[in-house]
Amino acid sequence: MRILPTLFFLLPLLVTSSVVLAETPGERGLAIAHEADARENGFGDFTSDMEMVLRNRHGQESSRKIRIRTLEVVGDGDKALTIFDSPRDVKGTALLTFSHKIGDDDQWLYLPALKRVKRIASRNKSGSFMGSEFAYEDIASQEVEKYTYKYLGDALYNGHDCTMVESYPVDAANSGYTRMVSWRDKDEFRLWKVEYYDRKASHLKTLTMDDYNQYLELFWRPHRMEMINHQNGKTTELHWRNFRFATGLRDADFNKNSLRRVR
Amino acid sequence: MVTLHRNGFLAPPVLGLMGLITLFSPFPCLALELSGSAMVEGRLFLHGPQFAGQRSQGGSLAVNAELYHGFEDGSSLILSPFARLDSADRERSHLDLRELNYLHVRDSWELRLGLGKVFWGACEFVHLVDIINQTDLVESLDGEEKLGQPMAHLSLVRDWGVIDAFLLPYFRERTFAGVKGRLRPSLVVDTDHPLYESGSEERHQDVALRYSHSLGDIDFGLSFFKGTSREPFLIASLDKGGNPVLRPYYEQINQTSLDLQGVFGSWLVKAEALYRTGYGRGFVATTLGFEYTLVGIFDSGLDLGLIGEYVFDDRQQDRAGLFNNDLMAGMRLAFNDAASSEILLGVIQDLDHGSRLLTVEAGRRLSDFSRLNLEAAFFMDGATGSVDNALGDDDFVKLELVYYF
Repeated sequence: MRILPTLFFLLPLLVTSSVVLAETPGERGLAIAHEADARENGFGDFTSDMEMVLRNRHGQESSRKIRIRTLEVVGDGDKALTIFDSPRDVKGTALLTFSHKIGDDDQWLYLPALKRVKRIASRNKSGSFMGSEFAYEDIASQEVEKYTYKYLGDALYNGHDCTMVESYPVDAANSGYTRMVSWRDKDEFRLWKVEYYDRKASHLKTLTMDDYNQYLELFWRPHRMEMINHQNGKTTELHWRNFRFATGLRDADFNKNSLRRVR
Repeated sequence: MVTLHRNGFLAPPVLGLMGLITLFSPFPCLALELSGSAMVEGRLFLHGPQFAGQRSQGGSLAVNAELYHGFEDGSSLILSPFARLDSADRERSHLDLRELNYLHVRDSWELRLGLGKVFWGACEFVHLVDIINQTDLVESLDGEEKLGQPMAHLSLVRDWGVIDAFLLPYFRERTFAGVKGRLRPSLVVDTDHPLYESGSEERHQDVALRYSHSLGDIDFGLSFFKGTSREPFLIASLDKGGNPVLRPYYEQINQTSLDLQGVFGSWLVKAEALYRTGYGRGFVATTLGFEYTLVGIFDSGLDLGLIGEYVFDDRQQDRAGLFNNDLMAGMRLAFNDAASSEILLGVIQDLDHGSRLLTVEAGRRLSDFSRLNLEAAFFMDGATGSVDNALGDDDFVKLELVYYF
């Protein structure tokens, strides 16, 4: 009778899979967010250049150029330095952000004409970033803890087998959204599309990503992002260039002194 | 014909460093970045002049350039000259080196040598504790335009905060509008004949020390300054021709100050306080305020920032500047459009005299390289005898076109 030991061998697997089956949509959504986050762990630091192209409903364009330096912080949100290069009237302005998994981010703005570092209240996240269709909360470090999740199902997006997960801001009172729906591929957990629903629960914006590249054979970055605002007809495109990882940035590059002398 | 009023000792170093840079530039290691702005300004005063020689309108041109070189190790050289040519006031036509310094950067310290600019403080309307640089008052009444200050500035960055130590070997006099300039007291300030308490005059060695840190949601700085007051007394006197003038008198002071900004939810809370001793009795001054931003008002993309501040200064009123018991309110409307259009309305209410100052600042980007700014100020006197009475007829509207290069 060889069948019995085989069954005994299979029993734990059956139990495990029944546990998997019992996973609620909330747990599955959270698990996907954790896995996507875990795949970002260990990047250390990176820098990149970004051009924003703002387009109104008549097709008129304007552009903003910024540079971003990011440092991974183990156990908390990342530290980031955003330097504005154009338009020229804001050249030299810089933003230092310490993001946190729980609670508000710490932010300081450097105003070069006055040589002044000013603390900023970051609680309200729904304001426009540089007049674009991106809100501060869209460009902020996406910490797992800032949302709750619900797995909605699977869908094909541009040939990628994706999961659809709905997320809800924990700090709902200060977010511009009631919910977001995210499309991530199952192979690499890359984000391809996000739909944003405003406080009246109507569809406000859609973000799509493409032109992904992998760095250090681990970390995927999209080189093009497009945010469409369905309510005002405006779009903002982000073009990312010159991603560099392991540049040697350290904690000392992210304080108020380094903010004051940033170039 | 406009003559350029030179701030004596500054011109030779500008030419010297320019020469040095030209000399160095063929070397590939010294790649200079040139940037800056040039502006055209028109000012219109809404009332006829009070004093002979003044005019109701004025035009002016200004340039602020910056030459920068960054070294591999993070150190840098910077040269930033500023010049203005004003059609009406020869005191407003002036040349200054905003910056000319070498910054040496190491892991936990940095040293800046040369002419530089440093800001201390937290509040928006009045900058009480900001004392390192002299105010370039002919540029702007808000006290935010500063003259380059000669300094050796050492900054030590530690886990427990930042220590800044300053040696300030040369004093810069405050600029004041001249005979033909508007926005001046009824008597002209004779900037050619300043008085000093110290026998070393402008060569008195001033020192300053500051400890600053961020603790959670609060940023604070504790500072000490010993040296020549940046804020002069104005003493009635006679010039060589026997005409009544005001002579600036710069006393020696010790000033201890605290500045603080904290985030409490959506509120930004600010405070500045100082205690100053000098020739007269010691006094305290403090300013307290908040900033709160309403995001996306009226279901639009507009942000409305609200600013409220109060300033108190216990000096005798004849000695104080504009602010001794004043309430300020500001409203900043940001349109979040492609042109970054913005309007800032401000009101300063003197609680003792009932006089009031209304200000409007608005701006809009014209292209990636240009911007149009509008500024207006209205002086409203509630009672006679207030300190700012002399400005009563100097309501103005200013339009400025800035080109960035």
